[in-house]
Amino acid sequence: MFECPIPETEKDYVQMAHGGGGRMMNQLIREVFLKEFGSPEVGKQNDATVLPQVDGRIAMTTDSFVVTPLEFPGGSIGSLAVHGTVNDLAMSGATPLYLTAGFILEEGLSLDLLKRVVKDMAKAAQKAGVTIVTGDTKVVERQGGNGLYINTSGVGIVQHELEICPASIREGDAVLLSGDLGRHGMTIMSLRSGLNFGDQLESDSAAVHKAALALIEAGIPIHCMRDVTRGGLTSTLSEIAEDSGKTISLNEENIPVRDDVRSACQLLGLDPLQVACEGRFAVILPAEYANKALQILHSHPVSQGAEIIGMVETRRTAPLLLTGVLGVERILTMPTGMQLPRIC
Amino acid sequence: MKNKLGQYIDELHRLVTKPHSIMEVCGGQTHAIAALGLENLLPEQLRLVHGPGCPVCVTAVGFIDAAMRLSHEKNVVLCSYGDMMRVPGSAGDLFSARARGGQVELIYSPLDAVKLAANKPEKHIVLFAVGFETTAPATAVALLQAKQLGLKNFSVLCAHVLVPPCLEWLLQMEDGKPDGLLAPGHVCAITGTEEYIDLAHQYQLPIVVTGFEPNDLLRGLVECVRRLEQGDYGVWNAYARCVQRQGNSVAMQAMKKVFSPENRYWRGLGNITNGGLCLCEEWAEYDALKKFCMGDISQEEEKSGGCRAGDVLRGMMKPEQCLHFGKECTPLSPLGAPMVSSEGACAACFRYRNVENPR
Repeated sequence: MFECPIPETEKDYVQMAHGGGGRMMNQLIREVFLKEFGSPEVGKQNDATVLPQVDGRIAMTTDSFVVTPLEFPGGSIGSLAVHGTVNDLAMSGATPLYLTAGFILEEGLSLDLLKRVVKDMAKAAQKAGVTIVTGDTKVVERQGGNGLYINTSGVGIVQHELEICPASIREGDAVLLSGDLGRHGMTIMSLRSGLNFGDQLESDSAAVHKAALALIEAGIPIHCMRDVTRGGLTSTLSEIAEDSGKTISLNEENIPVRDDVRSACQLLGLDPLQVACEGRFAVILPAEYANKALQILHSHPVSQGAEIIGMVETRRTAPLLLTGVLGVERILTMPTGMQLPRIC
Repeated sequence: MKNKLGQYIDELHRLVTKPHSIMEVCGGQTHAIAALGLENLLPEQLRLVHGPGCPVCVTAVGFIDAAMRLSHEKNVVLCSYGDMMRVPGSAGDLFSARARGGQVELIYSPLDAVKLAANKPEKHIVLFAVGFETTAPATAVALLQAKQLGLKNFSVLCAHVLVPPCLEWLLQMEDGKPDGLLAPGHVCAITGTEEYIDLAHQYQLPIVVTGFEPNDLLRGLVECVRRLEQGDYGVWNAYARCVQRQGNSVAMQAMKKVFSPENRYWRGLGNITNGGLCLCEEWAEYDALKKFCMGDISQEEEKSGGCRAGDVLRGMMKPEQCLHFGKECTPLSPLGAPMVSSEGACAACFRYRNVENPR
């Protein structure tokens, strides 16, 4: 017997035909993506988006997002894909303007879930003041049945003359952290492990560009700025210290970590300084501007927990040092790979 | 917190009048000590030595090799705790087994493995059960649950080990015997303190049940030093907020139902009488070693490859004294288990390296 080649109408799940370039794909784009991200004017839809001229240097970045679970307290892979790329732009002092959105969907993914993620993404973009101007969708064959991956590229405009990079940091500079560490990583781990670390634990995922740009607008000559993501604070600051040839020394007591995050880390044998965040950044600037910068950061909800956590020194024993609660200084080593939850 | 901790440290300086070596038995305590940089602040005559209390470190290579082989068996999924994944066996670790197509799932609780077995009747789920008396009750509960659910596709590769037999083995050694012990608080929360009382009297040394938070740790240390200075021996509980003399009877009963003690080879140390737990005869059908005809793997000896883990685990050598530490042996390319386990003494000393002597 021959089987009918037309796919069955299965409305609730992503099918291979959704990526086939035909009517189903068209429908998916219109009813899911364009509905949330907005459509180009009638008759102006094209293979590439042409954007108006901007005044200033252009910053560009790209990032891919593969988090599971796709939804978590405090956000989803959609909002994360906006925040991650917006934050990367902001860390070079750029004002984020446009994003692209590439979706890889797995056959069998719930369409309801996809719609929720896209809605969350659109909401995050709107709140951050960026426009999603172009996109792409591919469907891959079923594996686990719940795959959704997003790539976002971002374009921003740089309207300052600062050299924001590790080479700019100077001895005596202050190191500021915009808020408490580890909430995103522990939220995700809590969901994956089925361990319930308490109802209050939610991801710190957020766009931080308004707080970061406010520092520049206030005339603070920022030397370096980096968002604290994979590998946590230890990785972020190790990289900067290594690249600059300087030592960054931190004071453990000034590094904000919430009690529930600390307890969850202790339970699993993880170091909160190595756990990922998605809405935190470190900024290094001349010490005389530290208090002014702190005041500005505190006036933005996303960085109201900011603290001065350390300073830059000439290179000593190692790039990154930490003085603990007993006053003993020790070396912080960049994590070698992923942190693994322990046995007991 | 700082003031309270400072008071404990001042007290240690007041108390110590002669040399003492105190072993912190548990790897969790070793990490807390390293993270605090505590050793820099102790009186010169007080020496801390790291003990064997890292279950990952002492799991025999034979078990890791068996786990890797099982992960490549058709339709078998091996479930392992996270920090077992990077421990080197004789040919790679569980991550490398997974990269080569082995089915390895990372779990947080043995009950996750039971759930997996219930959800995937077409697969056989093997739980790689590792750990001291802290994790053994959870394995016991998993077995009891699997039996209750009538699961035929679930078995256990049982590498559990017991603390008191190992301490007895250590205390029988002629050289390097510590003067006092900080007993592992979490293990004692399960087992109670009875077995330690026998040890303390037989070997005439103070054993202080100690926790892991800076306060608990220092309280235990002060208590131990006080007893040493007075020449007392016996067991003292400096972790009373978690540990009761009789332990956790529900957990102990669950363990009794499914396990029996057997002689076990401890990696880096040697054969320890009654140092391990195996499944009782009536649980044989859940024993992965029997189910997959793996033979006796627990007695296997191994080549050391230059790793001095045995000396580190016995407290004979500090990790930093090893020639390989921080050179050929790092968390990225470990020569032995203590460099990769989250409880391992070498990993602790590498992660929290001293600024004066960074190696």
